[in-house]
Amino acid sequence: MGQINSQIQVITGRGLPLVGNDIDTDRIIPARFLRSITFDGLGEEVFADDRTQTQGQHPFDLPQYQGAAILIVNGNFGCGSSREHAPQAIARWGIQAIVGESFAEIFFGNCVAIGIPCVTADPAAIKQLQEQVMTTPQTSLTLDLDGLQVQWEGGSITLTMKEGPRQMFTTGTWDACGQLLAQRDQIQATTERLPYLTWATTKSA
Amino acid sequence: MSKGTLFDKVWDLHTVGVLPSGQTQLFIGLHLIHEVTSPQAFAMLRERGLKVLFPERTIATVDHIVPTDNQSRPFLDSMAEAMMQALESNCQEQGITFYNVGSGSQGIVHVIAPELGLTQPGMTVACGDSHTSTHGAFGAIAFGIGTSQVRDVLASQTLALAKLKVRRIEVNGTLRPGVYAKDVILHIIRTLGVKGGVGYAYEFAGTTFEQMNMEERMTVCNMAIEGGARCGYVNPDEVTFTYLKGRQFAPQGEAWEKAVVWWTQLRSDADAEYDDRVVFDATEIEPTITWGITPGQGIGVQEPIPTPDEMPEEERPIAEEAYRYMDLQPGTPIQGTRVDVCFIGSCTNGRLSDLREAARFAKGRRVAEGVKAFVVPGSERVKQQAEAEGLHHIFLEAGFEWREPGCSMCLAMNPDKLEGRQLSASSSNRNFKGRQGSASGRTLLMSPAMVVAAAVTGVVSDVRELL
Ligand code: SF4
Repeated sequence: MGQINSQIQVITGRGLPLVGNDIDTDRIIPARFLRSITFDGLGEEVFADDRTQTQGQHPFDLPQYQGAAILIVNGNFGCGSSREHAPQAIARWGIQAIVGESFAEIFFGNCVAIGIPCVTADPAAIKQLQEQVMTTPQTSLTLDLDGLQVQWEGGSITLTMKEGPRQMFTTGTWDACGQLLAQRDQIQATTERLPYLTWATTKSA
Repeated sequence: MSKGTLFDKVWDLHTVGVLPSGQTQLFIGLHLIHEVTSPQAFAMLRERGLKVLFPERTIATVDHIVPTDNQSRPFLDSMAEAMMQALESNCQEQGITFYNVGSGSQGIVHVIAPELGLTQPGMTVACGDSHTSTHGAFGAIAFGIGTSQVRDVLASQTLALAKLKVRRIEVNGTLRPGVYAKDVILHIIRTLGVKGGVGYAYEFAGTTFEQMNMEERMTVCNMAIEGGARCGYVNPDEVTFTYLKGRQFAPQGEAWEKAVVWWTQLRSDADAEYDDRVVFDATEIEPTITWGITPGQGIGVQEPIPTPDEMPEEERPIAEEAYRYMDLQPGTPIQGTRVDVCFIGSCTNGRLSDLREAARFAKGRRVAEGVKAFVVPGSERVKQQAEAEGLHHIFLEAGFEWREPGCSMCLAMNPDKLEGRQLSASSSNRNFKGRQGSASGRTLLMSPAMVVAAAVTGVVSDVRELL
């Protein structure tokens, strides 16, 4: 099986500020766009309803943020539904990393699995970064997962990320599938500890 | 760090090893799939030339996109039909059991697995659906995953995960009449917040949960995720065992005796250590209802909508957004607010006991003029049992529609949707903007009994007045 991973250490690009807490995955990609057997085309539909309602004023529509690579959010971003369609839509729009105060857990895990680092910073630092990007949208940001910083000309903020996921990006092991499969013997050994696997299988009745 | 809890024991038993990242490789005892989050996972598997490693540990059903009125094939929605066909062929190709429409066992994935006895204490359960936390009601460690992780489970029956902390949420005492499991969990989320549970598993303990039946426990665990906790559980006890005994996939004979011993050992030890503890008094819980756009924006039905100065500063922006979106005024009562649509169903409250309780209040009453009210059983089995008890007659006579099972207007991927700014009284679990199918539609979450109270009066009402 091919390892299609790549190392992710530094991401450079412009920022896209999206202010607000508790932005859920239903808002990121409304359920009607889940009626598909692929993730194709989700990039255009990211935040579809919010964008319709704000009539061109949504950050994802504003001309100054087109082509941005780093999304800057606030607290509990990506809460709600487990739909991977949400990070897929964000990634397919062009975002390569997300910086925020905090992330919902399933969303965070989905982002790891598709190679989009979600890194956190304290509220004051997030505010500083959002303001920098709002006042000077062309600011070129450098997000460094080794040094755990976002830097730009004239400023920087400190980031935090748990060591496990951080290393998965920097060593290029964020796609866990191959690693998991490599442990077949241990998987077999684990099954022998679990009595319920032999009580009844889903095929027995 | 927690020690001696059911969570710790089940986690350790299922640990395959520690990955270089420091994450645990965890074996998944039961994998549930449905049509929305699995097709891309099967496609990824094919791209890598992989097969399903333990096809007998994966069970499929179809729930999100199924129409609840006309279920004849091909579905009118060609995209829904394509998803259905993808699931059918993927399951056939990989040898996965699929409970299709008409099988007698189809329904919302979190309703059918318990019904079939597939969900058991001490298991790890994963599903590409955040409400997988429901299965924790059995003392299983159950959590939602994304599509790439569905691929991982299909390929290896394992997942890469970081261990959670454990918070014991103790609720003691007897709930007052008109107060339900739904109110308990809405109350907990209201108090601890929608992100209070991030990084935690919630252990629901105390006499209130001990007194609950399995369906009530499922309602509570179902919404753990709305409080940010990826999984929630109740320690297995006699109530759990009685529910399971005799179900299709429950152990039988000698295996049953062994199972009960094993399950009992897995209960959290009396001296277990927790990362956090919170205690509630059941008698203080009121019928609870959400007024805003997150499940944490809840109030007792008799309370006014909170004003910004009553809340912590960080909650004010989302409250302001909620007042605008919901068109509700801070400081005014929620009671008496006109509703347009009343929905009873979902993996939170679409089980037999929910329908019985709803029917108790609907009996002999009429849905108010101008209100559309409908009941969607959680599964084919729930529907059949409800009909055997004649509940459908009660609903139909009261002016409710009686539908085929599915997720329906919980997330409105099928034809059941709000229109425009309609306000819905809903027994489901999410009141996010646009959740029920209209980009400007509005949702008030509440217990099924409270939904009936709203349906028959046409306005948000306190169900205790109908007792
Ligand atoms: S009923 Fe609602 S929450 Fe439950 S699985 Fe279906 S869509 Fe998800």
